[in-house]
Amino acid sequence: MKRYDLIVIGAGPAGLSAAIEAASKGLKVVVFDENDRPGGQLFKQIHKFFGSKEHKAKIRGFRIGQQLLEEADKAGVEVVLGAVVEGLYLDKEITVKIGETLYHYKGDAIIAATGASENMVTFPGWTLPGVIGAGAAQTMMNLHGVKPGNKVLMLGTGNVGLVVSFQLLQSGCEVAALVDAAPRIGGYGVHAAKVARTGVPFFLSHTIVKAEGTNCVTGVTIAQVDDHFQFIPGTEKHFDVDTICLAVGLSPMSQLLKMAGCQMEDNPARGGQVPICDENGQTSVPGIFVAGDVSGIEEASSAMIEGRIAGLAAAEYLGYAEKSEVSKEKAVMEGQLESLRQGMFAPGNKGKKIEQTQEGIPVSENLLTRGFVADDEIMRFPGVTKKAGVHPVMECTQNIPCNPCQDACPKGCISIGSHITALPAVNESAQCIGCGMCVAACSGQAIFLVDEQIGGGFASVTLPYEFLPLPKAGDKGAALGRGGQKVCDAQVISVKTAKAFDKTALLTIKVPSEMAMQARFFKKEVAGDE
Amino acid sequence: MADEARRIDVHPILGEIEKGKQVAFTYDGQTLYGYEGEPVAAALKAAGVMVHRYTKRQHKPRGIFCAIGRCTDCVMVIDGKPNVRTCVTPLREGMDVRTQYGVSAQKEV
Amino acid sequence: MNDRSRDIGPFVPAPDDDMIICRCEEITKGEIRQAVHDGMFTLTEIRRYLRTGMGLCQGQTCSKLVKSIVAKELKVSPACLEPATSRAPMRPTEMYILGNEAKEVR
Repeated sequence: MKRYDLIVIGAGPAGLSAAIEAASKGLKVVVFDENDRPGGQLFKQIHKFFGSKEHKAKIRGFRIGQQLLEEADKAGVEVVLGAVVEGLYLDKEITVKIGETLYHYKGDAIIAATGASENMVTFPGWTLPGVIGAGAAQTMMNLHGVKPGNKVLMLGTGNVGLVVSFQLLQSGCEVAALVDAAPRIGGYGVHAAKVARTGVPFFLSHTIVKAEGTNCVTGVTIAQVDDHFQFIPGTEKHFDVDTICLAVGLSPMSQLLKMAGCQMEDNPARGGQVPICDENGQTSVPGIFVAGDVSGIEEASSAMIEGRIAGLAAAEYLGYAEKSEVSKEKAVMEGQLESLRQGMFAPGNKGKKIEQTQEGIPVSENLLTRGFVADDEIMRFPGVTKKAGVHPVMECTQNIPCNPCQDACPKGCISIGSHITALPAVNESAQCIGCGMCVAACSGQAIFLVDEQIGGGFASVTLPYEFLPLPKAGDKGAALGRGGQKVCDAQVISVKTAKAFDKTALLTIKVPSEMAMQARFFKKEVAGDE
Repeated sequence: MADEARRIDVHPILGEIEKGKQVAFTYDGQTLYGYEGEPVAAALKAAGVMVHRYTKRQHKPRGIFCAIGRCTDCVMVIDGKPNVRTCVTPLREGMDVRTQYGVSAQKEV
Repeated sequence: MNDRSRDIGPFVPAPDDDMIICRCEEITKGEIRQAVHDGMFTLTEIRRYLRTGMGLCQGQTCSKLVKSIVAKELKVSPACLEPATSRAPMRPTEMYILGNEAKEVR
């Protein structure tokens, strides 16, 4: 049996962060992960992350994964892949299957960062091939380059459902609809809006009646549900789809901790069975720590900070670091963690209906039920103003902890202030130069550059565009509104790409002036397409 | 539909998708092609194969469900061995991949 | 919870009783509900009685579903049902590997 100072189980964002932190304090650390590649789910996250600079905001998930791996390598962390931890026992011993052999290890401390597994719902036909988890869709398209299906229906409008729907569109799949039994969209409004503006309909208070098909999915029927989640007869809708994607939440994968004898609790706010732990992630068994989704479902950004805190705590537990030194570092991290847990989507607000923003502005009802802010609602938000000349229009209408736009503008046009969840506001005294840095920096793709008068009764609208094929200057097509309906004809004026934009292209289209505040997406005219 | 139509060649964010060398394998005796090192399930999906197995009790079709080796729904008989999770098994040249019936490659009579 | 004399009422058939819940062992909702009425009040008992969660995936997919069905049948909150025991191995592992324990360190 081999001994390590610290054994980390799981090489995802939490586990790697924990290992890096502990190794930097001099611990001999090994990380075991059952997968063939490290990074957990980070390498499937191709969108730009939210948060602030300290949280690696506006960096795409998979790049954060690469950074973590490099950091782990530098810190001298040993990462063993294809290593399944089969059991976690008393005295912090583990058994690991590597290849065709079972090995025993002992850690003086253990950090379990095993992540989460997907929840599922049942309906007739749910076992048919073609009904898949949202994670499966991400894995197929973003890791293996294979489309999960051609026409997909997504069940679930939490951030996973919204983000994966957008990724399906990016992979060239058609998304027939987003469906959720809840009366309101669960994820960030900006994630919903970027899907809605491409023309994907949302059906809230709806769920799946049945999946159709004999050998695999050939269609799906949904229907509206009442307040008690019972189907309302006569509201059935059918879609011809070959894939049904389930994004109905995650549960902590905490079985190893239960096996080790840690005290567990069923905590719905954390997503299910979780070990009871203190602010360092230490469980009821001294020396066994947890970090990331296994201790409560949250975002990867918070998992990374939790990992670092647990890594530090393990170092202190084993006497590799002084309490005074660790406390100072931990205080900084706890501050960062706290800021991520602010705003409308804070863990404490789960399931609550929020009527107005912290600025006192009524929340867009349309955004919560149809996925986009209605034309008559948008003007009440501080990021949306009219002005002569080119200027940013920030359709960011919910308080979420995110502020890259503020730093992106070289001219100081955008202000969020010290409170990270505040809605971005336009600084009227600053002059926009139309550089588009804010458009590319916004993780929610919610910023547009608008010039209401470019002459001849036309306006220009610059929008973020992350699809292929990229339109070309001169291309004609339709401008779509926030809800994805055609609002007018449009022509592409320019397409800008730059390294600093990190794969977000800036598409500038020309539309009639009166459409400047409505045109939010461009769809190229295809021959024969109405 | 052609194999290529199910593959994403260039992705707006990820760019060119990295692939191993093309290899041949058999699926229920039929020759298919995929890329070395990708999960068997990915190669089958790209080839349009949806059904990986039929269950033991109700003889119902199953295919990819979680794609990360947890749910074990995508198991098939590979090189004579049943219950192999195709979503986490890398494709190799000449692999013999068969639909699983219950726990074997033999259709029940 | 473990009061076996508690009256949970009779088993009432439901239209979705044939819905597969445990995908691996192909156990239906009706079988799980019936098992509760047969006196299986804990998730461990249900597991032993029906083999739910004892197939290849070891309950990765159905644990939460089974728990909510049993809770509903017992008319209690799922949170007050103790989950079934966690045991090694966590993933499907062939017997010859379990028997092939390394004598040397890696």
